Amino acid sequence: MTAVEEPVVEERPIGYGRLKRKEDPRFVRGKGHYVDDVQLPGMLHGAVLRSPLAHARIVSIDTSAAEAHPKVRAVITGEALAGLGLAWMPTLSMDTQAVLATDKVRFQGQEVAFVVADDHYAARDAIELIDVEYEPLPPVINARHALDADAPVIRDDQEGRTDNHVFDWEAGDKASTDAVFADADVVVAQDMLYPRVHPAPLETCGCVADMDPVDGKLTLWATTQAPHAHRTLYAMVAGLPEHKIRVISPDIGGGFGNKVGIYPGYVCAIVGSILTHKPVKWVEDRSENLMSTSFARDYHMHGEIAATREGRIRAVRVKVLADHGAFNATAQPTKYPAGFFHVFTGSYDIEAAHCAVTGVYTNKAPGGVAYACSFRVTEAVYLIERLVDCLADELHTDPAELRMKNLLRPEQFPYPSKTGWEYDSGDYPATLRKTLELAGYDALRREQAERRARGELMGIGLSFFTETVGAGPRKDMDILGLGMADGCELRVHPTGKAVVRLSVQTQGQGHETTFAQIVAEELGIPPEDIDVVHGDTDQTPFGLGTYGSRSTPVSGAAAAMVARKVRDKARIIAGAMLEVSTEDLEWEKGRWFVKGDPTASRTIQEIALAAHGSLELPDGVEGHLEATTVYNPPNLTFPYGAYLCVVDVDPGTGAVTVRRFVAVDDCGTRINPMIIEGQVHGGLADGVGMALTEIISFDEDGNCLSGSFMDYLVPTALEVPAWELDHTVTPSPHHPIGAKGVGESATVGSPPAIVNAVLDAIGVRHADMPLTPGRVWLAMHGGVEAPQ
Amino acid sequence: MQVPASFEYRRAQSVPDALALLERFGEDARVIAGGHSLLPMMKLRLARPEFLVDINDLHELDYLRQEGAELCIGALTRHRGLLESELVGRLFPIFHDAERVIADPPVRNRGTIGGSLCQADPAEDLSAVCTAVRAVAVVLGAGGRRSVPMADFYRGPYETDVGAGEMLGEIRVPILPDSGSAYQKVERKTGDWAIAACGAALSLADGRIASAGIGLAAVGVSAAGYRRAEQALVGREPSEEVFAEAGRLAAEDCEPVTDTRGTAAYKRHLAGELTERALRLAVERALRPAAAA
Ligand SMILES: Cc1cc2nc3c(=O)[nH]c(=O)nc-3n(C[C@H](O)[C@H](O)[C@H](O)COP(=O)(O)OP(=O)(O)OC[C@H]3O[C@@H](n4cnc5c(N)ncnc54)[C@H](O)[C@@H]3O)c2cc1C
Repeated sequence: MTAVEEPVVEERPIGYGRLKRKEDPRFVRGKGHYVDDVQLPGMLHGAVLRSPLAHARIVSIDTSAAEAHPKVRAVITGEALAGLGLAWMPTLSMDTQAVLATDKVRFQGQEVAFVVADDHYAARDAIELIDVEYEPLPPVINARHALDADAPVIRDDQEGRTDNHVFDWEAGDKASTDAVFADADVVVAQDMLYPRVHPAPLETCGCVADMDPVDGKLTLWATTQAPHAHRTLYAMVAGLPEHKIRVISPDIGGGFGNKVGIYPGYVCAIVGSILTHKPVKWVEDRSENLMSTSFARDYHMHGEIAATREGRIRAVRVKVLADHGAFNATAQPTKYPAGFFHVFTGSYDIEAAHCAVTGVYTNKAPGGVAYACSFRVTEAVYLIERLVDCLADELHTDPAELRMKNLLRPEQFPYPSKTGWEYDSGDYPATLRKTLELAGYDALRREQAERRARGELMGIGLSFFTETVGAGPRKDMDILGLGMADGCELRVHPTGKAVVRLSVQTQGQGHETTFAQIVAEELGIPPEDIDVVHGDTDQTPFGLGTYGSRSTPVSGAAAAMVARKVRDKARIIAGAMLEVSTEDLEWEKGRWFVKGDPTASRTIQEIALAAHGSLELPDGVEGHLEATTVYNPPNLTFPYGAYLCVVDVDPGTGAVTVRRFVAVDDCGTRINPMIIEGQVHGGLADGVGMALTEIISFDEDGNCLSGSFMDYLVPTALEVPAWELDHTVTPSPHHPIGAKGVGESATVGSPPAIVNAVLDAIGVRHADMPLTPGRVWLAMHGGVEAPQ
Repeated sequence: MQVPASFEYRRAQSVPDALALLERFGEDARVIAGGHSLLPMMKLRLARPEFLVDINDLHELDYLRQEGAELCIGALTRHRGLLESELVGRLFPIFHDAERVIADPPVRNRGTIGGSLCQADPAEDLSAVCTAVRAVAVVLGAGGRRSVPMADFYRGPYETDVGAGEMLGEIRVPILPDSGSAYQKVERKTGDWAIAACGAALSLADGRIASAGIGLAAVGVSAAGYRRAEQALVGREPSEEVFAEAGRLAAEDCEPVTDTRGTAAYKRHLAGELTERALRLAVERALRPAAAA
């Protein structure tokens, strides 16, 4: 399929187009309502005591002084939870995680005890009164030593375990790949680390748990990207009846995957409410968020690329050592322990590919898939886009030319990849060409040569990424047995206004606007007349939530399909109103009219009133105008893009300035271009952060060195250039509206472009992120080691 | 939300009132000015003062003025005040260079020069600036005021010459003819503390360097300061070779440690590189007619 032109956009579109976000008036007025804004009568406050050590046996816990504090209502330890069968909980990766430590602590910041007090200050004071005696154990910090014979066993809670091995996983065909490598002209190998980073949402995680002691109903306001999945898991794990659980996810101040999992704090707050018969609020602070909640990446990769001397890429093989922290709590489709990493063949037409991933435990915080990574597509894209640049370096070829030569061609779609994917659609060369033209690639290369002659360091970096989003088809994808389909309900009121209920949960993506526009496009009801309801399990249909850029591909499809159901029903009612057969009716956005007589028509609003009125309906047709659906995607969608970055490096200090960034994205049909641009801006800024400054690092004792925003450096407007965006449009052929999702494209695609640019500037084949001034300088002067 | 342990709080009405409160509560009391260093430490519960004496109402300590051949800076002068002062920029562009790269506007709106110097963070920028310009700190106490040169004021990381019952009142900077100054800093991102930074101030006479001051931040406390680098400059005609020599000596004399900001080797390199750059710019400014006004 080839690119199509985007239709001209209107000021206030009834359907797709540049529409100002419906949610913004409340946000810009400071009227958002977040979990921490929830105030309930008699509400108590919880605080978590955390382990100061990365690995230690718990000898004793004395809570008597804390219990004696006049404002303390309850002190909960692992032992107390064990009595309720809740000391451990299952993770999203079929492992277990301690809610409160009983036997050992396994990472610095691990939850050890929970205090419930009258106010937040007292709760904080009281956790200091708890006396824990630890017997320190040697920690495993460097994943490369996790499988050493003498490595301390972290998970000795698991019977019979003698090592820190979590899983081995493979994709692709090893034999055919090795065969291609054996007779390749050129093979380039490179070790690279995608460091541990953190999503760092500005709103930290937290909840308010309110167990009604009379009717036994738990209401949980929580920072969750997946309220329905959470409710079902609480029912399964805690044995609470599912109809007696209501999870409400109010406004969420950023998620990026950090708010997919269930954290011990939520469970403790629920137990606290059960014990005290009062609502309990628990909201972690910044350090707790950075040190204990879901991190991202931490992939030690060894990549190899085989090619002909003329620069035709033939095969790629990869070995990965994946650091999963102390508990395997990665949030991803259960059958994919390395997420979608096996999309690492990227955007290129190659003969063979193979990867082998080994997961290990270390004494670090659990998590693993987060930070807008599309289930490890981030690592995959980084790997292949770095390898392609390494190959260009080896062959002394221009990296743009090398990419152009190897990109999949439009006629190859749908393209079955060597690792088992079916890419839906794309015109890759057109998108790359557009990027190069926008950037003025040839002129940039000339400028670079002139500057070099003057001793200035300027770099140009490219990346071409293929995203893999919209998980996913039920037959392949589930999380703990829950299929990754999403429901949607649409009700048109008698006066023609509507309410659409979603199973996904916005964290800033603009669902209240986008989903109204999808329904508007299908029914012709103006977006402002459509209320989008989400984030409350009592108000919305079941579905797995928002992460992995799945909202538009899955839930967006559901919204379109349910609107089409309503439109079909409206046709029947319009037929009854106009006294013609439905076959004689034709749809135009907003009304059904009689074929050949466009003046004989009924608008959707007129039809809605009739549907609720006294009009005689055909046999078997019920009144009202509403429908429900569940959308099970037939395949994933594959958005893509071509990015180009220009940097300047100070030769004396190694400091990097990102001068320009050109991003051409293709996410298929564009619902609200303004929201897409916002998503891309955010993701590109993320990319600058990861490439240049962000890392969760540890010292050799396992102390986390990145527990504040003075140490974990997210970029600001001052670190990023004015983005230069453009797009191509290649609709997804299998998606009802051709949309592909775009939430993570820029986060996935931008880091390699920036790293490639820096390395191009300094003339070094590889250096690991983050490329802080010091690391760049070391790379320029003889080499820099992988960060720890 | 991070919350501090409990403490008592008084808002001082006047300098004598503040000194009386400090005297009364002795070691357990802390002055709070902008609070941008003290409050984060209290919230992390790394600092647990029992008694806070708030000096934010002491407007008599918030001033910038020239008195004869000295620039006088009240201890409660905010970063923002320094940055916006035409007088400061004209006499000592080094302050503007530094203020542009200290923290961010919200911090600069509240944070004070007194708080910065008294916090004595090893990566703190204004201490390096004040060292380079040979500032003198005026410390107030029950017994009156005493003047302490920067070299004696800074006692090591988080330690100054200000004793219990005392507070910093003023910073006085000597104004020299035909002088220039500059500050150079490398950070990982805007608002970050320095990986390394260097301030240089010098004056010229008859085409030669008549006096020179160098202060570095974030590269450890050099016991002897940067005397060798300064001495290598005095009496010489400014040139790239002279700057390089001073840079080399500063790099040799600093004592950086490896941390998440960079390795000791890199920081040592920066100490030299930034010293050279600061000197080059300072001389350029000294030679500009307006700079000496
Ligand atoms: C996000 C952030 C980034 C920062 N980045 C930088 C940076 O890049 N470079 C840099 O140099 N600084 C930086 N800072 C530090 C900032 O400049 C200082 O926090 C601030 O200027 C200290 O002044 P304050 O008035 O806030 O001091 P306070 O926090 O009020 O006090 C600090 C200390 O000084 C004492 N004190 C204050 N005034 C007096 C006085 N008159 N007499 C005696 N003792 C006194 C207090 O008791 C306390 O011990 C940063 C701070 C933040 C929060």
